[in-house]
Amino acid sequence: MSLLNRTAGALYRRPRLRLSLLLTAPLLWLAVLYLGSLSVLFVSAFWTTNSFTSEVVKVWSTDNFHELFTVPVYRQVILRSIGVALSVTVLCAVIAFPLAFYTARVAKPSRRPLLVVAILTPLWASYLVKVYAWRLILSQGGLADWMLKPFGLSGPGFGLPAAVLTLTYLWLPYMVLPIHTALEQLPANLLDASADLGARAGRTFRSVVLPMVLPSVAAGSIFTFSLSLGDYITVQIVGGKTQLIGNLVYSNIELNLPMAAALGTVPVVVIVVYLLAMRRTGALSSL
Amino acid sequence: MEGIAIRLRDLRKSFGETTAVAGVDLEIRDGEFFSMLGPSGSGKTTVLRMIAGFESPTGGTIELAGQDVTGLAPFERDVHTVFQDYALFPHMTVEQNVAYGLKVRKVPKSERLVRARTALAEVRLEGYGTRRPAQLSGGQRQRVALARALVGRPSVLLLDEPLGALDLKLREQMQVELKALQREVGITFVFVTHDQEEALTMSDRIAVFNQGRIEQIGTPAEVYERPATPFVASFVGTSNLLAGESAQRIVGTAGTYSIRPEKIRVLKDSAGTDEPDHESAAGTVAEVVYLGDSTRFLVDLDAGGQLTALQQNLETSAEDVAAYRGSRVLLQWHRRHTVHVPDPR
Repeated sequence: MSLLNRTAGALYRRPRLRLSLLLTAPLLWLAVLYLGSLSVLFVSAFWTTNSFTSEVVKVWSTDNFHELFTVPVYRQVILRSIGVALSVTVLCAVIAFPLAFYTARVAKPSRRPLLVVAILTPLWASYLVKVYAWRLILSQGGLADWMLKPFGLSGPGFGLPAAVLTLTYLWLPYMVLPIHTALEQLPANLLDASADLGARAGRTFRSVVLPMVLPSVAAGSIFTFSLSLGDYITVQIVGGKTQLIGNLVYSNIELNLPMAAALGTVPVVVIVVYLLAMRRTGALSSL
Repeated sequence: MEGIAIRLRDLRKSFGETTAVAGVDLEIRDGEFFSMLGPSGSGKTTVLRMIAGFESPTGGTIELAGQDVTGLAPFERDVHTVFQDYALFPHMTVEQNVAYGLKVRKVPKSERLVRARTALAEVRLEGYGTRRPAQLSGGQRQRVALARALVGRPSVLLLDEPLGALDLKLREQMQVELKALQREVGITFVFVTHDQEEALTMSDRIAVFNQGRIEQIGTPAEVYERPATPFVASFVGTSNLLAGESAQRIVGTAGTYSIRPEKIRVLKDSAGTDEPDHESAAGTVAEVVYLGDSTRFLVDLDAGGQLTALQQNLETSAEDVAAYRGSRVLLQWHRRHTVHVPDPR
């Protein structure tokens, strides 16, 4: 008991020692495994391969990046991937906003926790299960076709739109949650004050609600954007022949590891740029 | 020629089972500084919110300048509100906050800017226009909220405990400024507060609220000197009531009577100089509270009950008054300060 007390007392009097004891393990994890693997990725992107044996040749060269920007296929795939990530983000935002508005401000307060749980439930199911469910929905003669048939339409089939749709479904909760929280925390008297000063509902929405919730939309978009940019399984299952960056990385890993590494740095760079852009909206402080 | 700015007729509001406002009739005159005073939960803020239009009444009507506005939305009423926690828009600068009401009403940008700056000057905040509310102190935010509500020159300004969050010094300073500002702009102010001193110092008239009803409406002097009910007597100023047996023995007739503590003189011994037209009561000092500028004596009366007397420390200091504890005294006050308080309905 007294030893425990003395240890506790010693730690209490030495806040730096306490802090370093607490943080050593997680910091090691971060430095070695996380940043370490990132630097290996970055360094190996500058190596090349022996085209006969597919063995990595550790010779410094920028050929991979040169290829990345000059070969049309690579450029297309990179732009397509960014386009998919952006469309998924925009779709998520458009769907999530009214949804979150309902769960945070319209629904009865007693029901709100239940609705939040309902939004979160899809996250409990396995990623693959959900994507295969969408494969069934979108397959020929599947649910999508069947539902659109009365209107003389058919489902999108497998391809780029299907991939965007499925990714939107997958990442939607990550967009709803921050917006829900922001709307819920929006002080009611700000809305009163706006009405008091003569603003109708639409005006209050544009001038008060939207600007105050925008950082949270940006925060949600960080999730949807980076998750979409890194995904390569969904597009394999519902994307038909569509190729995204992830697929190119995957197919290069066996044959040309340095090229795969070079391709892998692209989303990292894009996401860093995206994060820097979002930081200006105040999104990082509302995560 | 004085018009009526606000007229409330049998105004009622219930939230489910609870009745917040149980029938309020009230007329507030043009250009008046009118206070609604009462403890928390007495319904004063709910009445204010109904005048602003944030709550719709369960019953009764609200008229603004003779026009029935009971069913109108807040943005259709010529009334602006200063909120308890100011409710400034955090994502806008001070200037944008102040100009918001003008922008909504499509006042041209150049005029908007001039008027916002003038309003900020009125509350002595020139040069703060480009700051954000988060960069201001509590008192400054308070002024921004005032400027924002006043810039559109509403016919009525509603203030919901606007000084509640400020410290004492700042509050006293703002009381003076607010009163001066009201005289300057000539707008009707409806001021909600639970602080009786604030209501007494600032108001032209006061309505004292209790349990969703108005107990008394009157000038500060009327409310203080002639409380209409025991509740008003105890809520406004220090509770000092004589009732039942002790009232019978001291005043001579049964009933409830209020005597303000500062009207009572504390005489050292019970020798008692019989002054004409004075009431007197003998008792023992139970407690002495030294307040710096004055001393409060709690005296157990021989006739039963307790009275509080407040004496200026003209000659006395802390040690002198402490010696009174436990000693016999005679309390004396002029008969006209014995105020009969009608018992509640």
